[in-house]
Amino acid sequence: MLNSFASVQEALDSGKSVSDILEHYLLEIEKNKHLNAFLEVFEESARASAKEVDEKRAAGNAGKLAGMVIGIKDNMAYKGHKVSSGSKILEGFESLYTATAVQRLIDEDAIIIGRLNCDEFAMGSSNENSAYGKVLNPNNEKTVPGGSSGGSSAAMAAGLCTATLGSDTGGSIRQPASFTGTVGFKPTYGRISRFGLLAYASSFDQIGTFTSNVEDATLLTSIMAGMDEYDSTLIQEPQKAYSIEAPKEKLKIAYIKDCFNSEGINPIVKAKSEAILEKLKAEGHEVAGVDFPYLDIMVPTYYVLTTAEASSNLSRYDGVHYGYRAQDAEGVEPTYKKSRAEGFGEEVKRRIMLGTFVLSQGYYDAYYTKAQKVRRLIQDKTKEIFKDYDFIISPTTPDVAFEFGANSADPITMYLQDIFTVQANLAGNPAISLPLSEDENGMPFGLHVMGASKDDENLLGFSAYLMNK
Amino acid sequence: MEITNDLIEHIAHLARLEFNGEENERIKADLENIISFVDQLQKVDTEGLEPLVYMTEEINVLREDTPAVTVTQEEALKNAPNKDSDYFKIPKVLKG
Amino acid sequence: MELTQEIRDKYQPVIGLEVHAQMLTKTKAYSNDINEYGAAPNTNVSAISLGHPGTLPRMNKQTINYAIKMGLAIGSEIAEYQSFDRKNYFYPDLPKGYQITQDITPICTGGEVVIKDAEGNEKGIRITRIHMEEDAGKSIHDIDPFNTLIDLNRAGVPLIEIVSEPDIATSQEAYDYLTEIRKLVRYLDICDGNMEEGSLRCDANISVMLKGAKEYGQRVEVKNMNSIRNVQRAIEHEIERHIIAIEKGEKIAQETRNYNALTNETTAMRSKEAANDYRFFPEPDLQPIRVTQDHIDKVKEGMPPLPNYLFKRYTNELKLSEYDAGILTDQKEIALYFEEVIKTTSNYKSAANWVMGDMKSYLNAQAIPVSEFQITPEQLGELVNLIDEGKVSHNLASQKIFPAMLENPGNPEKIAADNDWLQSNDGNEIEGFLDEVIAENPAEVERFKNGEKKLMGFLMGQLMKKSRGKADPKMATQLINKKLG
Repeated sequence: MLNSFASVQEALDSGKSVSDILEHYLLEIEKNKHLNAFLEVFEESARASAKEVDEKRAAGNAGKLAGMVIGIKDNMAYKGHKVSSGSKILEGFESLYTATAVQRLIDEDAIIIGRLNCDEFAMGSSNENSAYGKVLNPNNEKTVPGGSSGGSSAAMAAGLCTATLGSDTGGSIRQPASFTGTVGFKPTYGRISRFGLLAYASSFDQIGTFTSNVEDATLLTSIMAGMDEYDSTLIQEPQKAYSIEAPKEKLKIAYIKDCFNSEGINPIVKAKSEAILEKLKAEGHEVAGVDFPYLDIMVPTYYVLTTAEASSNLSRYDGVHYGYRAQDAEGVEPTYKKSRAEGFGEEVKRRIMLGTFVLSQGYYDAYYTKAQKVRRLIQDKTKEIFKDYDFIISPTTPDVAFEFGANSADPITMYLQDIFTVQANLAGNPAISLPLSEDENGMPFGLHVMGASKDDENLLGFSAYLMNK
Repeated sequence: MEITNDLIEHIAHLARLEFNGEENERIKADLENIISFVDQLQKVDTEGLEPLVYMTEEINVLREDTPAVTVTQEEALKNAPNKDSDYFKIPKVLKG
Repeated sequence: MELTQEIRDKYQPVIGLEVHAQMLTKTKAYSNDINEYGAAPNTNVSAISLGHPGTLPRMNKQTINYAIKMGLAIGSEIAEYQSFDRKNYFYPDLPKGYQITQDITPICTGGEVVIKDAEGNEKGIRITRIHMEEDAGKSIHDIDPFNTLIDLNRAGVPLIEIVSEPDIATSQEAYDYLTEIRKLVRYLDICDGNMEEGSLRCDANISVMLKGAKEYGQRVEVKNMNSIRNVQRAIEHEIERHIIAIEKGEKIAQETRNYNALTNETTAMRSKEAANDYRFFPEPDLQPIRVTQDHIDKVKEGMPPLPNYLFKRYTNELKLSEYDAGILTDQKEIALYFEEVIKTTSNYKSAANWVMGDMKSYLNAQAIPVSEFQITPEQLGELVNLIDEGKVSHNLASQKIFPAMLENPGNPEKIAADNDWLQSNDGNEIEGFLDEVIAENPAEVERFKNGEKKLMGFLMGQLMKKSRGKADPKMATQLINKKLG
């Protein structure tokens, strides 16, 4: 499997060309079509790019990512290519511009090989909400790859790309990474430009990476991150290249007791995660349990705020200027209602309804303002922990990947999949899922590490350390 | 809280969605379920807390008033479901 | 029912106006596509103003400066901390399905626009707020019978919305208020104030109450008035409609009404459209703004003198009539030109007359702006002085020198000298011409001698012809009276 930049560079050093490497991936994708990870493979443009990169390599001026073949989640704009956010409402839509993060990778000569399946508008935890069918988990094809970045995680796990990009609003990179045994990284909010990321929840969304190792995540993040005049919500600091060094001093590591004691956590997940903590203790790091009695309210807070923002962000999908328009609708209002009713899936409609409700007159204060205050509480309490500790550890998911349909009866059981990951999005902190364990059947599950806000470099350093032990 | 049919109709209209028959029953039940789930927030003490609105501390992120042409008319209309060479077209309300 | 003055006098109209002014920035509010009226449809757009998936807004710093200028001009307080909000609603020319506006923190609060009331006294119309927002595109309904056509050139153009308190008491005051706003935005160069083209738009909130009543009457919103005059007419119509209804014991419905200029009537818009829950919430894609006093001071430095200030200066200091001061300050370019002229001459009245008369007529006839006027303010001032010094008559200046200066701008005295137009004070020469006139016009001379003094004009005219306009009129008059008295 060519699933790391190191292995790609090895292949290049041994005389293979970038075009060869691309063909390898194209073949793998074809062989694994049944996974339904890719919605579209950009054969033509990828081959053209590969040729160009090979020419640049020959001329000695290839970029830092020459040889890297990357799949992007179906919610990132790539000029001249289709993007649909896993939805019927954008079927056939072609972007007029490229997302900044993607462009920065292209500028360093990475090749964008295709767009990856996802839950519709990034709303989901299993990729079962895609309008284009479910995605299979390569580790056990009866199970989900996680969501919403299901395609990105499956493709990475199956070796169909060197790395993939996903987006994370409540855990949509980390949870799938846990389910598929990959490294899923979400940086601090405001690190990577959201320009070109089809918005779900503006103050939560971040682009991030799926890789097989922390070094690749670091390299990609360094290149994508930093100020962009097209995104006003970024941290206005120049981005430097991250260097990941093993921690020099002994660390202070917290784990959230409430996570380990939560109802519904698989005993093996609990035991193996605890074992990692024990090992860290044995290595001389301080490891302490902290209380964070807000698990119960984090998911509801997340749902009030993200659905509110989403209900507004998705208003542009109205059948008027682009996207799906219902046929034979007479007049403007029916055009809106039919197009949106026919174009959006059920989960999206549920969330738009909830979001509209919490913003509406008479409910705004009790729901939206209240949730903003609770978010403040959660951020404050998270900051407090980081005053005394370097990192916070928990399992990424309460269990390994579940079977298709297992959580479909009640939307809320699906929402609770995010219970350990959502804190990082509420507070804006960087967080990562590391594929450190497996259950008795060999199904992977991840360890979740959260860093202090803007402390991405140290988080990645610690993560590399954990992975390489 | 009780979710009435009127409330569903009102919210759906604001969101320009429509639900028919059985769909309406389902969305009503779903919303009732989800709203009572998020009602847990009511029991949190948020006395003295300012709402968290912005995720960074940045202010005055502004750009110069310098024009650029980035999209042609053709590109602008490219994805339109219905158009002519100059305009987006949307079906009129037939008088009534 | 006949609406007599007696009935009208029972009621007090209460009017508030909301004015939207399109800013003359080069680019749009939240994206850098071109802000320009009249371009081919859907050519001044970008992925951002088209509301394409994945796009984010980018705030134009110039909009802030323009809004500050307006606030300073009317004495508002400029908010130090401001942020943006989303106003959510669906309309085909609103590509994002929401408008980015300022709901909670308008950039300006307070201030007033000064007009004259019916008695000619100054009246300040208080301003509630001014905030920044973006315009929507244009929907065209009357080209295609089955479809509405949409042009998004205007989508995203920066607007300021100026909201007045309900201090306006008559339709005339509304007219004057809008005229003053238009003058101000043009003076400040922030908006071209053109209601017909839509760069200035107005919605009116109108109610009437019995004089002395403690409670306001039912308020109605009126839209779709595309000229200042039509705002006045619409308000007049609404006031009448309300009074008649109240007199008949009918209720006024709370609604939004559309004004029809052809019929001069308002009709109710469908109520479902009007009743909208905009679900305002803070715009998560734009960071807050902090405006410092330094910044405000810098903007202030760059502002021109304002019409009211100049008006007072012209009436109080320069002793011009209110009428003259009004015309001079109506357009900034004229006022600024005049300011320059009076650096060269201190005959303010004469300078004013030249600017308001000869110069303005010429500009209007040629349809050119002041900036393209060939004669410099210094040269015009010199012309005024030349007349005052008795070197040329006003007549000759107006009929010969001014046109010559239009052809070949230059120093008027030199032009007069070159053309031999300088006034003659040579009494002998004038007497010589007068003798010729007397000889050639015996009948008129006889009539004049016999009392028809109004023939002075004729005789002067003949004398002027002989002297090719150069005879000093004073001297000529004296001579005629002396000879023919």
